[in-house]
Amino acid sequence: MATTAALAEPGAVPPAAPRRVRRGRPAGRREKPNWLAGVLATVWLVIVAVPLYYLVSASLRTRQDYLSTSPLTPTGEPTGENYSTVLSGGFAQYLLNNMIVTVATVAIVVAVTVPAAYTVARNAGRTVQRIFSVMLIGLAIPAQATIIPVYLLITQMRLYDTLLAIILPTAAFALPVALLVMTNSLRDIPSELYEAQTLDGAGPLAVLRHLVLPLAKPAITTVAVFTALNAWNGFLFPLVLTQSRDTRVLTLGLWDFQGQFGTNVPGLLAAVTLSVVPIFVLYLVGRRYLLSGLTAGFGK
Amino acid sequence: MSTQKRPSAPTTQQRTSAPAAQQRPSAWYAVPAVAFFGLFAVVPMVLVVFLSFTDWSGFGFPELSGAGNWSRLVEDTEARDALGLTLLFMVLSWVVQTPIAILIGVWAAGRQRNRAVLSSLFFLPLLLSTAAIALLWRSVLDPNFGVTQSLPLLDRFNFLGDTDVVVYTVVFVIAWQYIPFHTLLFQAAARGIPASLYEAATIDGAGRYRQFFTITLPLLKYTVVTSTVLQLVGSFTTFDTILILTGGGPGDATRIAPLYMYIRGFSGFEFGYASAIATLLLVLGAGLSLVVTRATGFRSMQSQQEGA
Repeated sequence: MATTAALAEPGAVPPAAPRRVRRGRPAGRREKPNWLAGVLATVWLVIVAVPLYYLVSASLRTRQDYLSTSPLTPTGEPTGENYSTVLSGGFAQYLLNNMIVTVATVAIVVAVTVPAAYTVARNAGRTVQRIFSVMLIGLAIPAQATIIPVYLLITQMRLYDTLLAIILPTAAFALPVALLVMTNSLRDIPSELYEAQTLDGAGPLAVLRHLVLPLAKPAITTVAVFTALNAWNGFLFPLVLTQSRDTRVLTLGLWDFQGQFGTNVPGLLAAVTLSVVPIFVLYLVGRRYLLSGLTAGFGK
Repeated sequence: MSTQKRPSAPTTQQRTSAPAAQQRPSAWYAVPAVAFFGLFAVVPMVLVVFLSFTDWSGFGFPELSGAGNWSRLVEDTEARDALGLTLLFMVLSWVVQTPIAILIGVWAAGRQRNRAVLSSLFFLPLLLSTAAIALLWRSVLDPNFGVTQSLPLLDRFNFLGDTDVVVYTVVFVIAWQYIPFHTLLFQAAARGIPASLYEAATIDGAGRYRQFFTITLPLLKYTVVTSTVLQLVGSFTTFDTILILTGGGPGDATRIAPLYMYIRGFSGFEFGYASAIATLLLVLGAGLSLVVTRATGFRSMQSQQEGA
C-alpha cells in the first residue's frame, strides 16, 4: 500500500534529484550571511524569548516587588515563596492526576493501535481497509463538536468526575493519528521479513510478537510521545467531564490558580513554570523523540 | 529523516509478492481499536445530530423537539457572527503563520553558527500547554501590570480590552504557539532539498533570493499544503486559547463558533441548541478536511514519512 501511496503522490521532487544522505555536514551553500533572514529570526527570537524570560523572572519575585517595578526588571532578591505557595495549593494532586491520565491514555492507545495497524498493513481485505478509511475520517473530527454527546455518554456511564472520564475520550481521539503513524511504519517493514516468518511456520500472533513489536519500536515511541503530549495538555475533556479538586488535572488547575490568585501574578506564573518542568525534562532527555512525537503523522 | 516527498523504501515495497497471503492477520486485530473509536468518537458524532433535534438541559433525558433548534440557528445572528469570526481567524492565522514559519524554517535548516542554539530557543513554546500559553500572555498583556504596559509604543494599546485590537491579539498569541510547530515541518522539508540544486543554481549565477523563490519555495509546496491543512483545521477548532485569554470577550469580540457552542451548552444549559451548532461545526469541519485533502492529496502524502 505504501507503493500506491507513493505513486499517488504527484511527483514532488524531480526524479533525477539524488537522495541526500549527508546531514549535519557543512554544505557549500550559505557562505555569505543572510542578513534579511538573520534580522527576521532575531525579531522572532525576541518575541519568543521575552515572554519566557518574564515567565521565569517574574515567578521569582514577591508580589510587592512585582507591582512596584517594571515587570521586566530582574529582581535583586529572587524568592522561592511563590513556588512553595503553588506546591501547597494542590499542585501535587493535579500533577499526579495528570500523570495518571497521561500514562493510562498512552497505554490504551498503544495497546489497541499496534494490532490494528498490523492488520491494516498486512491484510489487504476490503473490511480492514474500509475500517482504516473510517478511522482516518477521525483525523478531521473536531473534538469540540462531539463534546456534548461525550458528556451525555460519560454521565450515563456514571463516569462523570472520574479520571476515566478524561482518559477514555482522550484516547479515542488520539487513535486516528496513532493508527496512521503506526500503519505507515509497519508498511515500511519489508515483505520478505513477514514472509520469512511465515515460512518458519509463525502464525500472525507470533509475527506480531517477534517481528512487528520489535520493529515498530520507533513508531511506538512517536505515538506514545504524541499521545502523551495531547493527554498532558488536554483541556476541553477535563473541563467538561470533571469538576472536583480530586480529579483536577494540571491545565485546569492552572486556570483555577488564575482565579484563586487573583492579582498574585508571580504566584500564577510560578504555577505555569512548574507545569512546564516535566515536559522540559522530557525535552532535555529525548529531544528527538519529543519533536518526532509533535509532528507525528505530518511528514518529516 | 528523508524528505516527505520520497518513499523511504521503494524497492522493497515494490517487490511485495503474493504467496504469504494465507497467513495474514485477520480483521479481529482491529476490533479493540474500532470498538473504542466507535464508542467515543463515532457514536458521539451520530448522537450530536440526534441531540440537535431535542431539548435537553443537561439533566434527565433529552426530549424530542423537532427542527426547532435548526430554525432558531438559521435566524441566530450571534451564531452567524461567530462563524464569520471563525472564518476571519482562519484566514488571519494562515496569513500570519505561514510566511513566518517558512522563513524561520528555511533559515533554521541552514548551517550558520549558533543555529542549533537559536532554533532550540525557537521551539520552546512547543513545550508549553495551551493553558500555560494563554495564561502567560494574559499576564504579559494585562492592561494594568503587564509587560506591554512598561514598553514604549506598546503601552498605548489595551490588547485584551479593546474590541478592535483583541482579534489581532488572539491571532498573535495563537501564532506564537503554533509557528514553532510549522517551522519544524518546514525545517525538516528544507533540509531534505538536495544541496546540489543550490550548487547548480549558484554556478548558473542565481542569487540567494532567486534561489529561494525558484528552488526552495517550489520544493516546499507540499509542506505548505500539509501545514495549511493543519492550520485551517486547527484554527477552525480553536477553543482553549480564547476561552482562557479573553473568554470570548470583550463583549462578543472573540466569541468564535466553538466557544459560542460551549457557552450555549455548558453555561446556558441549552444542550439541544448547542448540539445544532456542534452539528454544523462537524459538517463544516468534515467538509473542510474533505475539500483540502481531496484537493491536495494530503492523505497519500502522509504516508511518506519513515518510522517516526
